[in-house]
Amino acid sequence: MSLLDIRNLTVEFRTAQGPFRAVDGVDLVVDQGEILSIVGESGSGKSVAMLATMGLLPWTATVTADRMAFDGHDLLTMSRRERRRIVGRDMAMIFQEPMTSLNPCFTVGFQIKETLRYHLGLDRKAAHERAVELMRQVGIPEPERRLSAFPHQMSGGMSQRCMIAMALACKPKLLIADEPTTALDVTIQAQILDLLVGLQRDSGMGLVLITHDMGVVAETAERVVVQYAGQQVEQQDVKALFEDPHHPYTAALLAALPERATSKELPSIPGVVPGQGDRPTGCLFNPRCRFATDHCRKVVPPHASSEMGRALCHYPLRHGVPTGHPAHMEAAS
Amino acid sequence: MLSFFLRRLLLLIPTFIGVSIVSFAFIRLLPGDPIMLMAGERGMSAERYLELQHQFGYDRPLVVQYLDYLWGVLQGDLGQSIVTKRPVLQEFFTLFPATLELSLCAITIAVAIGVPAGVLAAVKRGSFLDQAIMGTALVGYSMPIFWWGLLLIILFSGVLGWTPVSGRISLMFFFPPVTGFMLIDSLLSGQAGAFRSALSHLVLPSIVLATIPLAVIARQTRSAMLEVLSEDYVRTARAKGLPSRRVVGLHALRNALIPVITTIGLQVGVLLAGAILTETIFSWPGIGKWMVDSVFRRDYPVIQGGLLIIAGIIMLVNLLVDVLYGLVNPRIRHAR
Repeated sequence: MSLLDIRNLTVEFRTAQGPFRAVDGVDLVVDQGEILSIVGESGSGKSVAMLATMGLLPWTATVTADRMAFDGHDLLTMSRRERRRIVGRDMAMIFQEPMTSLNPCFTVGFQIKETLRYHLGLDRKAAHERAVELMRQVGIPEPERRLSAFPHQMSGGMSQRCMIAMALACKPKLLIADEPTTALDVTIQAQILDLLVGLQRDSGMGLVLITHDMGVVAETAERVVVQYAGQQVEQQDVKALFEDPHHPYTAALLAALPERATSKELPSIPGVVPGQGDRPTGCLFNPRCRFATDHCRKVVPPHASSEMGRALCHYPLRHGVPTGHPAHMEAAS
Repeated sequence: MLSFFLRRLLLLIPTFIGVSIVSFAFIRLLPGDPIMLMAGERGMSAERYLELQHQFGYDRPLVVQYLDYLWGVLQGDLGQSIVTKRPVLQEFFTLFPATLELSLCAITIAVAIGVPAGVLAAVKRGSFLDQAIMGTALVGYSMPIFWWGLLLIILFSGVLGWTPVSGRISLMFFFPPVTGFMLIDSLLSGQAGAFRSALSHLVLPSIVLATIPLAVIARQTRSAMLEVLSEDYVRTARAKGLPSRRVVGLHALRNALIPVITTIGLQVGVLLAGAILTETIFSWPGIGKWMVDSVFRRDYPVIQGGLLIIAGIIMLVNLLVDVLYGLVNPRIRHAR
């Protein structure tokens, strides 16, 4: 049984300009002890999908799914009270901005102990001991002293370590890390990633790593889901993905990695992720895709087979060549 | 923290001098003077007038009068009332408990209703409840105090006969003031019905005086809450699986209270200003009514002294608010 099993997840926001679909039919499976990475540009709905899983979306959001199960519990039918017992305990999340994610009015110690006391019912002394242990675990020097520090007295890296300590407080089965290193210095980024991967290895928890950094994916993840404009466009093991991306978007993302650049100029994907008003017909990626045909512009593509990474494409790539593409058919014949 | 406090205390000195000049000068801009008013309609001879002027020292240059007054103030002497001949400070302390009791009741009502109402409106933003609360607040804020007071008197005292029209307690009761707070003194006196009487006298003026601060506090709480509720740390609190009650009531409210406390502090000035009207409507024997009466009598020492004390109180409360602000907001407490 998978730890997290999500089928056909859709999230819609009510906005002044009508409904906006931020996540569109996403399937996600995370196994125990697995590191899954969700990759995509800003606006691809990767954070929203995970916030929906945690039940943290604002009231303007409507979440629907065929199946949404965590550790054998059905998240869709469960009451809010029951869900709160899981969230923060078995399923925890850390965020992109560590400096603003901690409450400025309370000490770090208070915020860590709060989780312990609320979920595990630890008394003052036990909570304190566990908090010190957690602070040590995430590599914070002088944990005793740091516990009585306020968030504004700490650096970004330190704050993120505290957030991790908080998330790990109840030994969760699943940790969702939403771009945990984006707001940090490059040197700190590597430290935090190492810390996360190390903690994951030690505890055997599942880890969902949301990122837009392919470098981070390559270093940490085992399996990768690529999202574009709220849709899941590809899903593969990390090694296979880097060797042979099946969706043109994935290929373009990889080509945009600076270390893979062949010319003097950094390659980029022209255009931006479509927003609410400018969603194209057919394939959502067609305005930015170099293989797009009239067919792509009219017909919504189906998911390809699993050996093609379930690529959401009419002409999934095989070793860089779009299969079944008219132009390439001619070349082949 | 101590140096912060001392620095703020030092800043009070120039403010205090400014207030003393303004209160001294403005009252003398009014036509008429205490001596002419003492004479009444019969008038007095020019010789007698000059003699009295000389006796009170009003024939000296204004600067000399001011410096003489300031010298007295520095020694703790605010002079004595021209009308009652009693020291200003003594009169103030006799009357101040009445105003303090009224103001404390009013601010308690304002905070006890305003903060929860603001929180509720923010949490249910856009709903009918939100609009009802904010609409009521706007009405409360825009209503002239004296008119609102009269409306309440007509309804509760006139039509329904539930509350008395004026004063602090029914004339049936008498007991020596111990604390000066009628509610407490009436309990201490042990006289049956005294507390009830005191309370029924206090209710209407408190509501009237609380109205504007309540509206301001509710609106400020709502906007502060709305801002805080969308903060990342509120999401973090929810991500911990905490119940809404704790997320809103502790994690969000604690942050939202920082600007609200400033607002509450600023309301003290509004309260003392409002007390002047409210006390006059309800014949409440406090310093508001005292000041109004003194203006009509051109009782220079009382007006000067009274204004100075009221300004002093407002300054002290503001200082207190700043200190409190530091206690609520760790980012200020640890600055420097």
